[in-house]
Amino acid sequence: MSKSLFQKVWDAHAVRTLANGQTQLLIGTHLIHEVTSPQAFGMLRDLGLKVAMPHRTFATVDHIVPTDQFAEPFSDPLADEMIKELRKNCQQFGITFFDRATGKQGIVHIVGPEQGITQPGTTIACGDSHTSTHGAFGAIAFGIGTSQVRDVLATQSMALGRLKVRRINVTGRLRPGVYAKDVILHIIRTLGVNGGTGFAYEYGGEVFDRFTMEERMTVCNMSIEGGARAGYVNPDETTFAYLKGRPYAPKGAAWDAAVARWRGFASDPGCTYDDVVAINASEIAPTVTWGINPGQGISITESVPDPAKATAADEKASIEEALAYMKLKPGAPIKGTRIDVAFLGSCTNGRLSDFQEVAKFLKGRHVAPGVKAIAVPGSQGVGVLCASLGIDKVFRDAGFEWREAGCSMCLAMNPDKLVGDQLCASSSNRNFKGRQGSPTGRTLLMSPLMVAAAAVMGSVADAREVFGVSAN
Amino acid sequence: MALAKITQITGRGVSVPGNDIDTDRIIPARYLKCVTFDGLGEGLFADVRRNPDGSEKPHPLNEARFKGATILLSGANFGCGSSREHAPQAIQKYGFRAVVAENFAEIFFGNSITLGLPCLSAERANIARLSAAVEADPSLEITVDVAKQEIRFGGQAIKATLRESARDALVNGRWDAIGELIEGLPVAAATAARLPYMAV
Repeated sequence: MSKSLFQKVWDAHAVRTLANGQTQLLIGTHLIHEVTSPQAFGMLRDLGLKVAMPHRTFATVDHIVPTDQFAEPFSDPLADEMIKELRKNCQQFGITFFDRATGKQGIVHIVGPEQGITQPGTTIACGDSHTSTHGAFGAIAFGIGTSQVRDVLATQSMALGRLKVRRINVTGRLRPGVYAKDVILHIIRTLGVNGGTGFAYEYGGEVFDRFTMEERMTVCNMSIEGGARAGYVNPDETTFAYLKGRPYAPKGAAWDAAVARWRGFASDPGCTYDDVVAINASEIAPTVTWGINPGQGISITESVPDPAKATAADEKASIEEALAYMKLKPGAPIKGTRIDVAFLGSCTNGRLSDFQEVAKFLKGRHVAPGVKAIAVPGSQGVGVLCASLGIDKVFRDAGFEWREAGCSMCLAMNPDKLVGDQLCASSSNRNFKGRQGSPTGRTLLMSPLMVAAAAVMGSVADAREVFGVSAN
Repeated sequence: MALAKITQITGRGVSVPGNDIDTDRIIPARYLKCVTFDGLGEGLFADVRRNPDGSEKPHPLNEARFKGATILLSGANFGCGSSREHAPQAIQKYGFRAVVAENFAEIFFGNSITLGLPCLSAERANIARLSAAVEADPSLEITVDVAKQEIRFGGQAIKATLRESARDALVNGRWDAIGELIEGLPVAAATAARLPYMAV
């Protein structure tokens, strides 16, 4: 019988059925960070439990780290307590910690793939909703809460109900200046912020076949913004080429065996899905959010919606609430909206290719007066690669602050925050009220090149026009 | 570790209306800078309840007539966004014992059940009826019946559902799975032994 990747991975990791009907699912790889793990270790201690398989948990520190200076103690005593707590927990329970001194620190969803820990056919969990990122490799990866972090530490498994699978085919070719970020913003806009509840999204079609691993990660990363707890792409030659030679990837004969096994996890032709959605790539435009959830997006050429034209009462209310918060005028073009801050980074768009693509166009240009622009590599590894290619210099010369690795202004748990009602052009993943550290701060989500265009113009702009992006 | 069988919750309600209320709004990220969950109730809806100077904004949770409510009513896609368990922890530590909404984001729902915080879904029109009744009489006694999947108030009953695995876990006192998972550890180890990538 033909099966989807989701079903094969699930079957290979199903331990047993629990009394309430959920599955005890083996979690092959567990990733932890400083924000959602300390309480879990506290619960382990309270219950007198050990970590069942310490070699399958990997830790990094990302949310609270300052990106301008790393000297400890951190100036924020709470942040300092959190990094020390993680260090202590990892040491006590025998867990590998990619601490700053290892040169491998970074955002957990960038470090896992970079180290080759994220592999096809595996189950991955992390106390972080953007764990769906790892699905880009053909893994089933879930964001979990802290009690489940405890469960995985104690038993390398957790209780979960099986998800349905929705196949999303993106066919044709993306137009020049349209990126993976636009694809996922378009999907969320189309299917809704809760359209994926109860589903894992399987992304496929020509666009995904051609995508690099970093582009696949950008899309899978934001699956949760569409309500889907997991999102994945079937593994293929692109996946294997990315993994080969990475520190935790199998070597020699084990590599060949692993590739053969990984291939077998891909969804079988003709397998059935619970739902199938088709999207034409040529209809996707550079997309910008105007509201307070990631589904409230429009093409750069469109105008902010007018609540007066809403057909349903709750649609009208949600547009009104969003526009009041965002201080945007109904029916106004989004292009030309003045920005205060440009943020390039995050687990969505903080990888080498994101900075590389922007650097191609940023050379010789400069951030507009009055705009604070920061570029934050997603990991120390990304930072080193950017430096070796002179990318950091391109950003600095253009007036960006080039920072050290971390989550930074995506959720502003470190000192990088919006102030007052500043408007930020951001390559991150959430535009919720107050998300970027100020209770009245405003976020517009967009692709990295659109962030750069906004930084250069001082206002939301069409990167295709600003940088003369055209078909090669 | 015997867990309480959560079959029904009786108390007063408060409506925090709106769709897509995300976990950043429920508990802003700065409250996540902690190594325990103690005191999180303080941060519940912090930025929509208080101005930066600490003065109160108009919000249902700030109204004296709704103080002591234990049943939270809201709209669609409640708890979307971040997986932070701090969100249901804050709701529970503030004093809520159940959440009733049109529907819930997946991770939030799972986190809540694991804490023994029932989340029931009801139709929009029924939530509106219930909210109107609470607005008219904040002292109204509401019973959220998890076992029977209904909500009773003022002589009326509305249907309120939750997935069977969650209902079962709550009413049978097995909402925290850790005990069962530990029992299954030898089987988990055997499953791991069949997967080359999990070798030591």
